Order: sequence, then structure tokens, then C-alpha cells
Amino acid sequence: MDVKTVHGFVGSKLSFSEANGDAGLKKAATMDAEALIGAVSASGLKGRGGAGFPTGMKWKFARAETRTPKYIICNADEGEPGTFKDRLILSDFADLVFAGMAIAGKAVGAEKGILYLRAEYEWLHPHLDEVLARRRKAGLLGPDILGGKNFSFDIEIRMGAGAYVCGEESALIESLEGKRGEARNRMPFPVQAGYLGLPTVVNNVETFAWVPCILEKGPEWFSKMGTQKSPGARLFSISGDCKKPGIYEYPFGVSLRQLLKDAGGENAKAVQVGGASGTCVPASKFDRKLAFEDLATGGSIIVFGPDRDMFAVAENFQQFFEEESCGQCVPCRLGNMRLHEAIVKMREEGLDAKGEMVLRRLAATMQSASKCGLGQSAPNAFLSILDNFAGELPRGKA
Amino acid sequence: MDVPSHLQSEVKQLVSVHGRDRTALLPVLRGLNKSHSYLSEAAMLCVSKELGVPRAEVYGVATFYSFFSVEPRGKYVIRLCRTISCAMNGTYHPVVAALIEELGVAFGETTADGVFTLEQTACIGLCDQAPAMLVNDDVHVKLTKESVRAILGEYRRKAAAGEKVKSA
Ligand SMILES: Cc1cc2nc3c(=O)[nH]c(=O)nc-3n(C[C@H](O)[C@H](O)[C@H](O)COP(=O)(O)O)c2cc1C
Ligand code: SF4
Ligand code: FES
Repeated sequence: MDVKTVHGFVGSKLSFSEANGDAGLKKAATMDAEALIGAVSASGLKGRGGAGFPTGMKWKFARAETRTPKYIICNADEGEPGTFKDRLILSDFADLVFAGMAIAGKAVGAEKGILYLRAEYEWLHPHLDEVLARRRKAGLLGPDILGGKNFSFDIEIRMGAGAYVCGEESALIESLEGKRGEARNRMPFPVQAGYLGLPTVVNNVETFAWVPCILEKGPEWFSKMGTQKSPGARLFSISGDCKKPGIYEYPFGVSLRQLLKDAGGENAKAVQVGGASGTCVPASKFDRKLAFEDLATGGSIIVFGPDRDMFAVAENFQQFFEEESCGQCVPCRLGNMRLHEAIVKMREEGLDAKGEMVLRRLAATMQSASKCGLGQSAPNAFLSILDNFAGELPRGKA
Repeated sequence: MDVPSHLQSEVKQLVSVHGRDRTALLPVLRGLNKSHSYLSEAAMLCVSKELGVPRAEVYGVATFYSFFSVEPRGKYVIRLCRTISCAMNGTYHPVVAALIEELGVAFGETTADGVFTLEQTACIGLCDQAPAMLVNDDVHVKLTKESVRAILGEYRRKAAAGEKVKSA
């Protein structure tokens, strides 16, 4: 299958197509680990997988660990509903990702990388293998990269088998170790004890792709885009009720209104920002900005037109969480089941004040007592829909 | 339970590629799941022995991931995305109707001729080209009821051609 058949870029600017990743890698080959971490830190790059942890700091922690071997893992599990920008990066800019992983290896002192690819993206696998083979041949991967004596790094692709929770980094590591994808307790963090108990850096596909660009063009080129707290640009995946769904690049700080204008979704009544685990923003708040300090997101933007039944949307999301919960902890396993049932029921019968109070308590318990991010964020979409669109529920017996 | 010798050699072959330790469990199961359409009890037992992983844990892993199945499935597994961007697309319901009508089975079922299993899946990262589905590893996007009929026809032809090659 030709991977370019589902390319999907529809925006006007795409930094990755203007970048020369190998120039960035060459530059990195001449720098020592401290300088590399310094450059990434100075750029202000934060993780593009959702949580937005500063990448330079993560690498610094991993560098400080003394146990070896260390691992660099690329999280290509892209499972958040409405997110598909890593698909474009993997099909069109895999070289940038692999260069970024090698640079991370040099920075933290790791010689082995793993790209964990979701099973649903198996169609990208042959293409990625080809890119890896080409890079090995060109001396951009393998022993003594670019002739540098202490720069060796190679990458293996490992497949997922269909589980959203495996995008969560500790569940991903469990899966790589041949286990069920059940999230671990946080502490120790993967940088301390990750894959096989060894220091491990996990970064998103897009995070790695920006790294060689930053080295090629300098940290300032990157940090002068975006806002002070959210430097740089990122890719957005826009889908739903709009004329031009697809992948767009914007600097952080862009307003939701601007995105909707460009994608042809101006008449939207609401937008889900951040996927099923994100939040639903009503039209009155479309001037809010997409940035870590305002609307934080992994880049998923789902547009809802004027006629959408918002509680049908909430039901769809809650069913997703019910099915994707790893089942390990009670607030998430049972909470999602109960919340899903309750949404089905309230769409028929409405929701009275007492019922609402019980559900809000349940949601708060899930947010605070679930073991991993899946359960902690699972009630968010429902809560934001309830806050803004309760008027859409039938009057009921209340 | 006796493990047939062809299965044993298949597992040994997979282990020689992926390694004889716990980290090889998913890749080995994946290989078997692909070639047989599912993981049989015999296959899981054999993997348990070869990798030295307790059988309950092999079963635990086999039943955790949605791409693995412990029940036989068709030659082609259809996974129609049912997450919101696909489900609210105007052609989604016609597509569902066309699939059920053409195949004569409900979601979760396999056609009597063993060619197709029809499943639903969560978001497959093709939301901008909704509605979307996977057939085994291949993607099909911007589905309509007409395109679904054409796609099924092609896989039927492929399945029929495969049969001939086998019997020839
Ligand atoms: C339920 C859940 C699913 C996640 N899925 C993904 C994913 O598909 N891709 C991703 O990069 N990060 C995902 N994350 C975030 C990862 O745990 C981790 O923070 C990220 O890979 C770190 O990389 P970054 O710092 O470059 O963003 C997920 C988190 C949770 C809680
Ligand atoms: S919160 Fe949900 S997904 Fe996370 S560990 Fe608990 S049950 Fe598993
Ligand atoms: S919602 Fe169907 S592919 Fe994402």
C-alpha cells in the first residue's frame, strides 16, 4: 500500500517540509551531551504527546542516571480519538523522527531505540523499515554514526496489538516487556526505571521530529514561535463538522476561532479539544488560545456543528473509556461503566438534581482515585458537556 | 493437550526470529494470530512452553489486546471505526447498513464461508477521512455504501483466487 494515499496535510505552512533533518544530525554529531541537552532546553520544547513535560529536562534526568543500558522509546501509539498528526509525520517525515531519536540517544547515553507502533498503523510498518534500512546504509544509524567514534545508535520497530491505554508510557513499557498493558504506579518514573527496569526516555513522535529541526536552525528559531510559556509550533488534527478536515501547523497561542476559520467550521456550536480525554469548549469560548497555559492539547480538535446532540457525543466518549480501561483499578473500571450507563439513561429520561450530584461525585472520585491518566481524565468530556449543554437533555420527570 | 508438530515448528521459527524471552511474547503471538486468524489453545500452550511464560499469563496477554483473538475468525477481519468523528459522518449509517447487508452477519460475527469477520474498533487515526475502516492491515477511507460494496467484492475475489492457488 502506498502510504501517501492518506497524507492529510491541508494547512498552509509545514515546518517539517522545510527542514533538513540530516543537517541537524550532523550538527549534533559535533556536540557533546551537555550542549545537546542545553540546546533542546533553550528551545523550550515540551512534549507533544499531551502532558507537555519539558523535553530537555526529561533528557537531563535520564542523562544523570548511571545504570546502563538506557533506552530511547518513541511513542507511536497515537490512539487519542481525533488525533492523527503522527500518522503524517511517520509517512512523510520518518527521517526527522529517527534523527531525533539518535540525537536523544547521544544526549542521554543510550545506544538503543524502540519505536512502538500501534497495530492500527501496521500499514506504515514496511515504509518505516525501508527508511531505517536506508539510514543504516547512509551511516545515519548504526555503529559510528557519521563517522563519529562515540556515536552509535540503532532503532527497532515493535508493534502494539490494539489497546489505547498502551499510549500511556508505563503501560507501553509493560507491553514492550510482553505483558498486559496495565499502567504502573508513577514513581519511579521511566527515566529512572523504565524498559526492563532501566533508565528510559519516552517521547512522542512529534517531539522527536522537532529535535533535528531545532539543532539545524537553532533554539531561537523555535522559541521565537509560540508564546512565552509554550514556545514553538505544533501540529493539530482537525476533524468532525468542518469543510477542510486534516492536519494543520500553528504556533502555540493561536485561537480556536482561527482554527475553525481555516478549517471551515465557523458555525460550530462546540469543539472538543484534546480528544476523548480533553474538554468540550462551547462557542462562547472560541477566543481561548491553544497553549499549555490555556487550552492544553495533544492536538486533537473535533468540531461539532449546530445540530449535534452533545450527549450523544458524551455517550460515544464514555463508551470508548469503558472499553479501553485496562480494568486494573476500580474507580476507572466501574466508574466508566456507571457513567456510560447514566448517560444512556439521561438521554432518555433527563437528569434530576440528585442524580447529577451522584454523578459529579463519581466523576470526582475517578479523577482523584484512578491509577493512571486514562481514568483520571475519563470524566472530563462528560463534565464539560454537562456544564455547557445541560439544556439539551430532555426535561424528564424532575 | 498434544501440540501438532507443524504448530511446534511454526512457534520455534517465530522464537528464533523474536528471541526466547518474555519480551518476545507479543511478537510471537502476533505472528501466530496473523497466520491462523486467531490464537488456539494449542498455540498458546506451545508458546508458553517455548518461552517459559506461565500459560495463564499467555492467555492473559492474548485476551488483553483487541487485535488478538482466542476464537477463530475470518480470513479478512473488518474493523469499522465507531469513534465520534466517524460515527457522526453523514455516510456512517449507510456504511454500517451496507456492511451488515452484504455480509449477512452482525458485528462480532464471521461469515459462514469464513472469509470475513465484522468488528467495530475505536479511533484508528483516520478521522479526517471519515468514515474509515481497516481490513486486516489495509486502510479504507471516506467510505460510502457504494465503496464498501466494491471493497468487499475485491476481497471476495482475492479470497476466491487464493483458494484456487491452494487446490491447484
Ligand atoms: C491514556 C493515555 C494515553 C496516551 N496516549 C499517548 C499516545 O498515544 N502518544 C503519546 O505520545 N503519548 C500518549 N500519552 C502520554 C504518554 O504517557 C507520555 O506522556 C508521552 O508519550 C511522553 O512524551 P512527550 O513528553 O514527548 O509528550 C498517553 C497518556 C495517557 C494517560
Ligand atoms: S485508571 Fe483505568 S486504565 Fe489506568 S490503571 Fe486504572 S483501570 Fe487501568
Ligand atoms: S474517529 Fe474514526 S478514525 Fe478517528
